[in-house]
Amino acid sequence: MVSDLLRLATIGSVDDGKSTLVGRLLVDTRQLFDDQLDAVVNASERRGIGDLDLAFVTDGLRAEREQGITIDVAYRYAATPTRKFIVADCPGHVQYTRNMATGASTADLALAVVDVTHGLREQTRRHLCIAALLGVRHLVVAVNKMDVVRWSPTAFRSVADEIETLAGDLDFATVVAVPTSALLGDNVVETSDNTTWYHGPTVLAALEEAPASSWASARGARLPIQWVLRQPGGGRTYAGMVAGATLGTGDLVTLLPAGIVTRITELNTLHAGSVASAVPGLSIDVALADETDAGRGDLLAAAPLPRVTRTLEATVCWFADRALGAGSRLRLKHTTRTTPVRIDTVTGVVDVDTLRVTPGDELRANDIGILTLTAADDLVVDDYRENRVTGSFILIDEATNATVAAGMVGYPGFVASPQN
Amino acid sequence: MDPLTVTTTRPVAPETSHLDLLESHAAFVIREVAAECERPVLLFSGGKDSAVLLHIAVKAFAPGRLPFPVMHVDTGQNFPEVLAFRDATVTRLGARLVVASVPDAIARGRVADPGPLGSRNRLQTTALLDAIAENGFDAAFGGARRDEDKARAKERVLSFRDAFGQWDPRRQRPELWNLYQGRVNAGEHLRAFPLSDWTELDVWRYIEREDVALPSIYFAHERAVVRRDGMWLAVNEFVAPQDHERPQRRQVRYRTVGDATCTGAVESSAVTVAEVVREVATATVSERGATRADDRFSETAMEDRKREGYF
Ligand SMILES: Nc1nc2c(ncn2[C@@H]2O[C@H](COP(=O)(O)OP(=O)(O)OP(=O)(O)O)[C@@H](O)[C@H]2O)c(=O)[nH]1
Ligand SMILES: [Mg+2]
Repeated sequence: MVSDLLRLATIGSVDDGKSTLVGRLLVDTRQLFDDQLDAVVNASERRGIGDLDLAFVTDGLRAEREQGITIDVAYRYAATPTRKFIVADCPGHVQYTRNMATGASTADLALAVVDVTHGLREQTRRHLCIAALLGVRHLVVAVNKMDVVRWSPTAFRSVADEIETLAGDLDFATVVAVPTSALLGDNVVETSDNTTWYHGPTVLAALEEAPASSWASARGARLPIQWVLRQPGGGRTYAGMVAGATLGTGDLVTLLPAGIVTRITELNTLHAGSVASAVPGLSIDVALADETDAGRGDLLAAAPLPRVTRTLEATVCWFADRALGAGSRLRLKHTTRTTPVRIDTVTGVVDVDTLRVTPGDELRANDIGILTLTAADDLVVDDYRENRVTGSFILIDEATNATVAAGMVGYPGFVASPQN
Repeated sequence: MDPLTVTTTRPVAPETSHLDLLESHAAFVIREVAAECERPVLLFSGGKDSAVLLHIAVKAFAPGRLPFPVMHVDTGQNFPEVLAFRDATVTRLGARLVVASVPDAIARGRVADPGPLGSRNRLQTTALLDAIAENGFDAAFGGARRDEDKARAKERVLSFRDAFGQWDPRRQRPELWNLYQGRVNAGEHLRAFPLSDWTELDVWRYIEREDVALPSIYFAHERAVVRRDGMWLAVNEFVAPQDHERPQRRQVRYRTVGDATCTGAVESSAVTVAEVVREVATATVSERGATRADDRFSETAMEDRKREGYF
């Protein structure tokens, strides 16, 4: 099924042409207002870059334009007759991996850009690995700068083969590789005359045709409670955003971690008031059949139920400059609950070349690692692969309040464990 | 699902639309910040984005009262229709209004008076940061959208401000999934942008769907204007025609609402929300490009102001 809205993030190594490609997509589909295009032309001319540096469409910060590099994610909004898009143009530089993870964490699809003259570099592999860990299941690959290799089909094939193999290892559900020149526009929106040997879609067509990601979970509906609304006459309703699966009036739910079984007697959405059911992503409030002391941080769940636990095995992307080792104390935010945690063991680091865990006892900046931790309070979790909301958490530095890690409950399926 | 629980008396579930999801996400962000921060405030300019933001905030806590005050940063050079709308809205909702006043900041010597022809745009930053400090606010909701400007396109939904109120675009906190974390140390604060992913057209479609009240100047009306810097500027007590300028009466409306000295009108015949929606859907010039003199000073005008602590 193709859905109305596609959220996509660009990934890949620095300078491979991500921002240029996004600029090309937006300009050639006429998404820019006249004054915005004029401003990009003026800025390009002022820096002596020729008449139009397409990367300036998203590289909007002064430092980005001065250095010709993307520093942080830019979000752009586009609509074609068939689909709406939210494009997160991510930075490629390893130093800004945390920003790439930010952009990819909400994406349905990754648009990987690979410079055909360089092939897959470590950073391309790291980004693909992070996107896969984050649960992105669909991949479009622009094998870019084809103009530089004079549109060589063998050059395209060798990079496309390599990335298709890796995408298979990373369990992507769909992969489409397109030979492009973001600079000249070939196969981005318009089909190229230079690649008569290529019969696949343009990048735009691949994005328009990409299947919608289903974030629906085979496990039950979840409602992390954000806020308690007092109703006139003394009753209460519990507000939050539905996750995992559709929640309905009359559904049997368990209040966790307390373990109290009750029933939803009324379900209200913001727009329609009292309704029969609500899909994931809708903010709702519900009334319960039984008196409970439910509050923020608790979770209502339909069967099959999530786990209640204080210890977790998790996969994390570590963003801080300092290393993370056993014994570290941090705060963890999971759904609407924040609790102190202690790192018990660091098992090792995922080698992005081999997709194996290299045993080790600390994580350095931008490492993807496996660890176990203990929380001060009960956590109500699903595996990340089962539910993107109840399976994800962030780690927060207690002193600076910086967000220092993205965490996913469980062990990634595509990584060989250190034991075997 | 147990078929017995599906009774015919149950209301049906309507189709979920893009606007439903945008509204739900905005309400989610508002509730998270209200829950995690000690003293939030909602910046309410009387403009369409802040009117939508306030509308969603009220829905998010209904039937309870809004659990935070609203704040207007008043340059002293407002459209009277907007001030009247601000006061009527605050009264209708029973909300508490805090006014951060640029004229007060000038009177107290916090900032220099730029004179009748100077811009009060940057002075708003001082008035805003002073009010945040004086009231001890640790989070300020704003109606800014990422589609408005290239610097805003880079900003997080929850955007950290240091003890000087500054935004550092090189050191933004990672923001993963829907896990918004609002922890700050004393003196620091957050800006929260629940409408980050909305476009101008989404805002207008939502106004149409929800019947959100707006100041009358958003709809076509006739008024005396002069052509200045490629924009139609209203002639009023703050804007006098200069020598070469010839005031004329035109049918105009506003696409944004800001200080009367630097917010331009566009020619329009759209008098209803539906007509505005149609006009916005086919616009060829961006909303800030069409109406904001303050963004024209330099290539990175918005980024520079934001770094200093602007909205
Ligand atoms: N010849 C050629 N050059 C290209 C093509 N696409 C991009 N470039 C050039 O490659 C350089 C880097 O392009 P960007 O779009 O900034 O690369 P990026 O991937 O966004 O880089 P980061 O965001 O910093 O990781 C620029 O000089 C572009 O003009 C292409 O198809 N052909
Ligand atoms: Mg870039």
